[in-house]
Amino acid sequence: MHKLAIVAAAALTMLGGAAFAQETIKFGYIDPLSGGGASIGEGGLKTFQYLADEINAKGGILGRKIEILPLDNKTNPQESLVQAQKAIDAGARFITQGNGSSVAAALSDFVTKNNTRNPGKEVLYFNYAAVDPSLTNEKCSYWHFRWDASSDIKMEALTSYMKDVPAIKKVYLINQDYSFGQSVRADARKMLGAKRPDIQIVGDELHPLLKITDFSPYIAKIKASGADSVVTGNWGQDIALLLKAAADAGLKVNWYTYYAGGAGGPTAIKQTGLDHQVFQITEGFANSGHQPAMDFEKTFRAKVNMSLWYPRAVNEMRMFKAAAEKANSLDPVKVAAALEDLKFEVLDGGEGVMRKDDHQFFQPIYISSFGKLAADEPFDEEGTGWGWHLVSKIDTSKTMVPTTCKMTRP
Amino acid sequence: MLELIVISTLNGLLFGMLLFLLSSGLTVIFSMMGVLNFAHASFYMLGAFFGFQLTKWIGFWPALLLAPLLVGAIGMAVERYGLRNTHKHGHVAELLLTFGLAFAIEEIVAMMWGRSPVDYRVPALLDFPAFTIFSTNYPAYKIFMLAVSILIFIVLLMVLKRTRVGLIVQAALTHPHMVGHLGHNVGRIFMLVFGVGSALAGIAGVIAGPALVTQSDMAAALGPILFVVIVFGGLGSLPGAFIASLVIGLIQTFAVALNGSLASAFGPLDPSAGPSVLTDIWNVTIAQVAPIVPYLLLVIILIVRPMGLMGTRET
Repeated sequence: MHKLAIVAAAALTMLGGAAFAQETIKFGYIDPLSGGGASIGEGGLKTFQYLADEINAKGGILGRKIEILPLDNKTNPQESLVQAQKAIDAGARFITQGNGSSVAAALSDFVTKNNTRNPGKEVLYFNYAAVDPSLTNEKCSYWHFRWDASSDIKMEALTSYMKDVPAIKKVYLINQDYSFGQSVRADARKMLGAKRPDIQIVGDELHPLLKITDFSPYIAKIKASGADSVVTGNWGQDIALLLKAAADAGLKVNWYTYYAGGAGGPTAIKQTGLDHQVFQITEGFANSGHQPAMDFEKTFRAKVNMSLWYPRAVNEMRMFKAAAEKANSLDPVKVAAALEDLKFEVLDGGEGVMRKDDHQFFQPIYISSFGKLAADEPFDEEGTGWGWHLVSKIDTSKTMVPTTCKMTRP
Repeated sequence: MLELIVISTLNGLLFGMLLFLLSSGLTVIFSMMGVLNFAHASFYMLGAFFGFQLTKWIGFWPALLLAPLLVGAIGMAVERYGLRNTHKHGHVAELLLTFGLAFAIEEIVAMMWGRSPVDYRVPALLDFPAFTIFSTNYPAYKIFMLAVSILIFIVLLMVLKRTRVGLIVQAALTHPHMVGHLGHNVGRIFMLVFGVGSALAGIAGVIAGPALVTQSDMAAALGPILFVVIVFGGLGSLPGAFIASLVIGLIQTFAVALNGSLASAFGPLDPSAGPSVLTDIWNVTIAQVAPIVPYLLLVIILIVRPMGLMGTRET
């Protein structure tokens, strides 16, 4: 039913758009609101709407209110370009997207071309979750800014942790078959090989993206391989269903994941009974212990009725405001210039920086595990009674990976 | 390895039986009415969503009975007020009607339940591991799904082979006009068959919903596979649909379970060792190819044996 409300709200904003054109800052949110990625796409939409409300309640940016335009791209690159054009036609000069690096690459390219062809009508693309390293390396663009740690930063941190766990002997890699999944797999092989040459890679699987509804055949294969740990970059229903199938089959391994915390993941982990054996790597989490973040989490949960999956979205919107105020303008060209090398206190504490060379945001990274909560950890997930617990923190300076980006500046 | 084979066989059988529940109705409707019902997978989706909603209100077991009846009633209404009226305009009109219906149902479902997956859970009574085989648990619910599918297969076979209604339906499969000339109310038979076929899809939806994902694109994801099953099995042939369902279920499951690529078949002469634009193709594994295998089968069977595995008429 609430979907209907969103559609109605979107329709109303489109109708009323012209009248408010002078006042609101149109912010295009292009992500899956249908199909296999819908559960996380809708979560992201609620997050951005909450963040816009938060900024608007404090007077907006330079006196203008932010208005989120929800656009459904069905996790499809072609569809995303149609939606991006729709956003631009509706007056959006800033768009954000996160789910799917294949989509991100298409959008980045689209925005770059658009800005070359339409000087004076530039559009900025804020990427909050597509982590394929190529987006800030060989395919980098001046108009693309990424707030999530790229896949190689995450894998670097993850393997540094795995290196010191002697129990890991046999690792199974299972990933989605597209640019991001392939980069996770390649990075895992390369970095584990360098840091722990004794670890055996007993399986290396690529499966179709967001198409599998029953992972039992894959779980049977993992089981047969004798793996003690699984490394996966799966997200959305691909991680939730993977864990659900593992729970059904009673597979007991350690899971090193990028996105086990997404919709459905925690419920499935609780089902497996794997207490503190599923790890996640993020730029922040509910029980991080940093007071402002925990206060934010509390009000966010009370109002939106979900946990904050995207602390990076908070950083993104707050930095957008900071950059616009620094430039004293909402002209995308000036905002982009102000974002470069902008230092910012992130939600979960510590300083992050938007590197000028490749427009990758660097920030402290956390590895956390999911299981029974300690006394000072107030937040559980999906009503399971279990929550995320700090395992390791990696400071900003240690996450700086080199870049090959040579971007064309305006 | 033995463990992998046993578990994969079970998983393959299960998926195959699920396909059969859907394709049995579709193949009978197809051969009787000459209409490829594009909305058939949508009835499966309706079954899953009705099952989910009724489970919330009155519990899983009553839902298992009621939801398929509801879907069957909708199916009959579609036949009586939709297809029967378009029939005089020929098959293309009927085809377009079911095509439009499939989209309409998807949008209506999305409007009512949203586009993200709904929380349709396995009933608590069946939420335990049925048995442990080589230290892998096999969920009781999946055994239940398998049992229901087999039961329906047997009932369907008995009805078709042992009852008068079955005789007429069988006759209508091969000689629809003759059955009409003999004085049977072919219209009512069509309506009943359409209703039963839809109800079967509904049952498949109710029981598959909790095990797979219940969301508004589930029909679109499964629909194409169904057409492969009925063409592969042979038009109007239940045993054909049965064999084709199992074959496709097993092939898809085992393709995932198998390792190996084109390159590895060459052993030390592995052509991917040398850099080439074809390296990517050489290294594609069987598991990656799994999703397209059924469609390859469709193409091959149409070339080699156009009437399908057990069919008697040309598709």
